Amino acid sequence: MRLMLLFFLFIVLRFGHSQDLKKVSGIKANFELELDGEYRYFYNQGQFFGQKKHYPSIAITPSYSLNWNNGYQNFTTTVFFIADQDTKRTYWDIREFYYQKAKNNWEFNIGLKKVFWGVAESNHLVDIINQSDALKSFDGEQKLGQPMVQFSWYASKMGTFDFFYLPYHRIRRFAGTRGRFRFATPIEDESITYESKQNEWHPDFSVRWKNYFGPVDMGLSYFKGNGREPYFEFDPLGNINAFYPYIDQIGLDLQITANALLLKFESIYREAADQRFIAAVAGLEYTFSNIDGNGLDIGIIGEYLYDERDAFALSGLQNDLFYGSRLAFNDINDTAILLGGIVDLDTETNLLTLEASRRVADNLNMTLEARLFDRISSQELFLLFFKQDSFLAVSFSKYF
Amino acid sequence: MKKIIFAFSFFTLIGLGILQAQEDLAKKGLEIATKAVEADKGFGSVGVSLKMVLKNKNGQISERTLENKIFELDEDGDKSLIVFTSPNDIKGTATLTFTHKVGSDDQWLFLPAIQRTKRISSSNKSGPFVGSEFAYEDLSSAEIEKYTYKFLDQKGNLIFLEQVPVDPKSGYMRQIVTYNAEQSYRVEKIDFYDRKNSLLKTLTYIEYVLYKNKFWRANKLKMVNHQTNKETMLEFSKYDFDIAFAENDFTENALRRASN
Repeated sequence: MRLMLLFFLFIVLRFGHSQDLKKVSGIKANFELELDGEYRYFYNQGQFFGQKKHYPSIAITPSYSLNWNNGYQNFTTTVFFIADQDTKRTYWDIREFYYQKAKNNWEFNIGLKKVFWGVAESNHLVDIINQSDALKSFDGEQKLGQPMVQFSWYASKMGTFDFFYLPYHRIRRFAGTRGRFRFATPIEDESITYESKQNEWHPDFSVRWKNYFGPVDMGLSYFKGNGREPYFEFDPLGNINAFYPYIDQIGLDLQITANALLLKFESIYREAADQRFIAAVAGLEYTFSNIDGNGLDIGIIGEYLYDERDAFALSGLQNDLFYGSRLAFNDINDTAILLGGIVDLDTETNLLTLEASRRVADNLNMTLEARLFDRISSQELFLLFFKQDSFLAVSFSKYF
Repeated sequence: MKKIIFAFSFFTLIGLGILQAQEDLAKKGLEIATKAVEADKGFGSVGVSLKMVLKNKNGQISERTLENKIFELDEDGDKSLIVFTSPNDIKGTATLTFTHKVGSDDQWLFLPAIQRTKRISSSNKSGPFVGSEFAYEDLSSAEIEKYTYKFLDQKGNLIFLEQVPVDPKSGYMRQIVTYNAEQSYRVEKIDFYDRKNSLLKTLTYIEYVLYKNKFWRANKLKMVNHQTNKETMLEFSKYDFDIAFAENDFTENALRRASN
């Protein structure tokens, strides 16, 4: 990993210097710092020894970027540090460290980068390039930086083609002994092995095509390499054996934007030696905009989630319904609230979610988050470990 | 009987006369609006920096800054890219809009925190743009097809038109627009009337500058909401008419790049 960073640094510096920097007068440098203080309170006693109720944490995210040649060339770096009660949740990560060059109808990127694919709100099925930062967030929207070489090619009639070479696999890290959202035996980083003989150094490839036709946005993707989700096997004693399978995955994402109504669909087909399955999410979002004449938008979201793996779906979303409402006040303070729930149609497991954010002063934001495990059915394979892990969290983010 | 026929013809003539006069006013209105749009054609590409100063009824101020790139298209509406550069919590948030002369615009939103691009609905015309007194529809590109017109009055070089939005989702029943006939029919002022036909907002164009000897651009746009006493000032700087954009500068990849 360290070797690779050096390699990227070398590439970045080489590309950087091949430009005659004196000639490039429009070089813009930008430094930013985000400081987050978070307090998570789990009101139920932990299920496992060592788990606590109070989890204060602090995170620092510095970022530095250079852009020149009217923004056609960029260098961006973002680092994330967090300190928490759980030693496993005390870590740092390079979220971004890449060089980018665009010319005419192509774009080239090299380094560690984040890429997001997909349209659904409750589950991100087609999104596969980056490993989830499962320690930071429950919803999978926080990600680890992925080493890549990305080449994009655009043609106005045909849309955009993205090609990815992904030389290194990042492991998903799970909570430690003192952390919440852990299994009975905490999963050590080294305990998850690889199906591929090249382990984390297997070169993965991916390609995605994206285009839009009037109200229709469509993406088709293919991935071949180390899966981002570990595959879990349980032995009769209840011990967990986990490894990253070598997979082939095809993904489709589709959105139809019909005025205030958004129709969304995502589906994947994944094939590995031990497993082949289809998963899908289909839903809609309808927004009643400016209903009070003061800018209040109320959106209604409904999504159905299917996963052929059934109980073995790591997300537990195999035959579930997501229902939610998004309130955007469009006020000076950008107040927004997302309320929702996921109910399992087979087991009646119910998970409730609240996310709210507001700018409370210049460069200071407040976020509230609640995840309540209302009912966890005894049939749940993974979620049962988290049945005591309902929490309320408040966090403040200061931007410098 | 003769009398009745006479009276009938008389009133019909008057009626037709009124209709004719109204048609003439509509025609004259359309002519002026067309001249205004024609006069501003051919800028091709433009880049500009904006500062948005929001003032609430107690005089408290908050600011946002953004960059805007516009690519002019003749056959359809313009393409536009907006990136927020402050406050820091929304820095890098960007929108890409393909405006259309008829029908809803196509719009994508880029959220930098999770690097996600979303296609969003553009049907919310009347809602406020980032908490300001400008509605989305106030900031979209000027297209003839968006209104029906009626000439009201002319005082010296100032011409007053009544413009009625074609889109039923508009937040306005009508607008009274003041054009300056001596300065390429540039807009000097707009009074917005809400759906109940009461005066809602007034937009004033301040400190006009002539670029490339053809294009008038105001350095400041001041929007006052008469019903809430809130105000938003848009201050434009660093107008650049010398850049030449291409279609490649208005793609989803370009949207993500703009966020850097």
